[in-house]
Amino acid sequence: MSYFRAENLSLHFGGLKAVDSVSFAVEKGEILSIIGPNGAGKSSIFNLISRIYPPTSGRIFFEDQDITNQPAYDIAGLGIARTFQNIELFENATMLSNLLVGRHRHSTTRLWQELLFLPSVRAGEKMHRRRVEQVIEFLDLEAYRDKLISGLPYGVRKVIELARALCSEPKLILLDEPSSGLNVEETQDMSFWIRDMKTELGITVLMVEHDMTLVNRVSDRVIALNYGRVLAMGSPSEVQRHPDVVAAYLGA
Amino acid sequence: MRFLFKTDYEDDIKLFPHSGYVVSYGTLLAFLLIAPFVLSSYLVSQLVFVCIYATVGVGLMILTGFTGQASLGHAAFLAIGAYTAAYLQQFNVPFPVYFLAGGLLTGVVGALVGFPALRLTGIYLVIATISFGFIVEEVLARWESVTHGNEGMRVKTLSLFGQAVPQNGPAFYYLCLAVLILTIVGALNLLRSPTGRAFVAIRDSETAARSMGVNVSLYKVKSFAISAAITGLAGVLFAHKLSFISPEMFTLQLSIEFIIVILIGGAFSLHGAVLGAIFLVMIDPFLTYLKDDLPGIIAGIAATFGADSIAAGKIHDNVAAIASANGLKGAIYGVIIVLFVLFEPLGLYGRWLKIKLFFQLFPLYKRATFKRQKIYVKSERNR
Repeated sequence: MSYFRAENLSLHFGGLKAVDSVSFAVEKGEILSIIGPNGAGKSSIFNLISRIYPPTSGRIFFEDQDITNQPAYDIAGLGIARTFQNIELFENATMLSNLLVGRHRHSTTRLWQELLFLPSVRAGEKMHRRRVEQVIEFLDLEAYRDKLISGLPYGVRKVIELARALCSEPKLILLDEPSSGLNVEETQDMSFWIRDMKTELGITVLMVEHDMTLVNRVSDRVIALNYGRVLAMGSPSEVQRHPDVVAAYLGA
Repeated sequence: MRFLFKTDYEDDIKLFPHSGYVVSYGTLLAFLLIAPFVLSSYLVSQLVFVCIYATVGVGLMILTGFTGQASLGHAAFLAIGAYTAAYLQQFNVPFPVYFLAGGLLTGVVGALVGFPALRLTGIYLVIATISFGFIVEEVLARWESVTHGNEGMRVKTLSLFGQAVPQNGPAFYYLCLAVLILTIVGALNLLRSPTGRAFVAIRDSETAARSMGVNVSLYKVKSFAISAAITGLAGVLFAHKLSFISPEMFTLQLSIEFIIVILIGGAFSLHGAVLGAIFLVMIDPFLTYLKDDLPGIIAGIAATFGADSIAAGKIHDNVAAIASANGLKGAIYGVIIVLFVLFEPLGLYGRWLKIKLFFQLFPLYKRATFKRQKIYVKSERNR
């Protein structure tokens, strides 16, 4: 059985088929990239997995559990974290509190305990802070702890969003265009981090990406999409040589 | 300028980051404790109103400032707290019991209001909460067996552990102060724990909050309930302070006054709630003073510029007519809100931060530090 599986997943907006009967599987511990031209339905697949949209049809399985009808806030609790293409950080909060929200699925304190800030809450806060600090160190974010997000440059926000997702200690992470808006050097850092996430943290990675250098460098397998349908699946080089993929990008 | 050398995660959790805070808040507390002995009874009475309004402000700040859910129905929550107190008092229920009952009942009502609010945002939520306010006002006027309708209800003098606590005495002031301080401490505790961060997350991006595992609906209802409960507690004190309550006290205008408290005080900070309450309580006697004295002053000025006594008398009467016109207070409040939104969107607390930073950085302060930056429009923002 696959670690993560999408079966005949479809998302239709009226007559528009954003995702059209897509099936794929992710094995535990691999890095799977989804590529495709603009509007191919890549981000829509992510939004289906994280339950922002309910699928028109099809099923999603994670660790042999059907998660198609789980509420959106439960997805994180199952161990699936994500980043967004157009950065969705909490702008008027510091980086630390952004990352601590990432720890939300691990918080066990109750409202009345928090109102009194009982020792259990205090201990919990310190524990969360330690885990957050590990992620801060992993991603070199030490300089920004008390900075408000609204004052930080785009490249840093991108990394903070990744950090927030890592803070939830996910088993599967969904990265929506991790390198968009980053310069060459930052993209390189990103590729190291993605590989490290797999090898050091043991996280399975599913990512949408346009930068083929990054895709080639980190992916174990690649899926190519166009018009909501799967064109090709396989190793990065196989997919790039596939005639349908070439046609989708360059025209027949 | 002070640089903090943090050595422990505890440093980021503490309520007082360094000794300077302890000194300044300690001084403030000491002043507030001796206030009844040095200030006139009128000023102490105003301080009681500041405490009550600030308590409501803290409640509203949790909902609007931190969770991002606007409410123009908080006068109704205050009314529910006040009427609960007045009603239970008839059966000789002791103060601690009906005080907590007022908070609890209002919290439950707040949660119920929170449910329809789950599907509403922005202006629609404002309209929904306004309608809630009108409904409560109407119920208070019609449900005569409980509320005595438009006749209103008398509230007996508070008695605590067998001691009478008259609403103009220092003991009542201490009670209100204690409630305010406990509320603030509770709110601060909440804001430094997971729930408070979840509130802020919902304010800034519901989608991201949800994808981080925050049950957005649950936390919105929680925020409404907490905010309403705090307002209900303030309502009990409010009823005792006025010693008489009737439905026309809890109108839309009162809700707008609460919005003024947090907007002018400065959204996004509990300091703002207190500063806004001070501002609001001070502006009322100031307006009364203007109303009484302005016609005479303007007529006097006209007379010195050569107007004869008949013309001066006419000017006096006209100005007096305008000054005592119905609804003028609401109009002035409206103008104040507009001016603050335009010129000081961070409110009084924001102004205080600017002044503080000016002295900290002294020759190097730049006005642009607090300029709101324009960020690019998000094209595919998920809702």
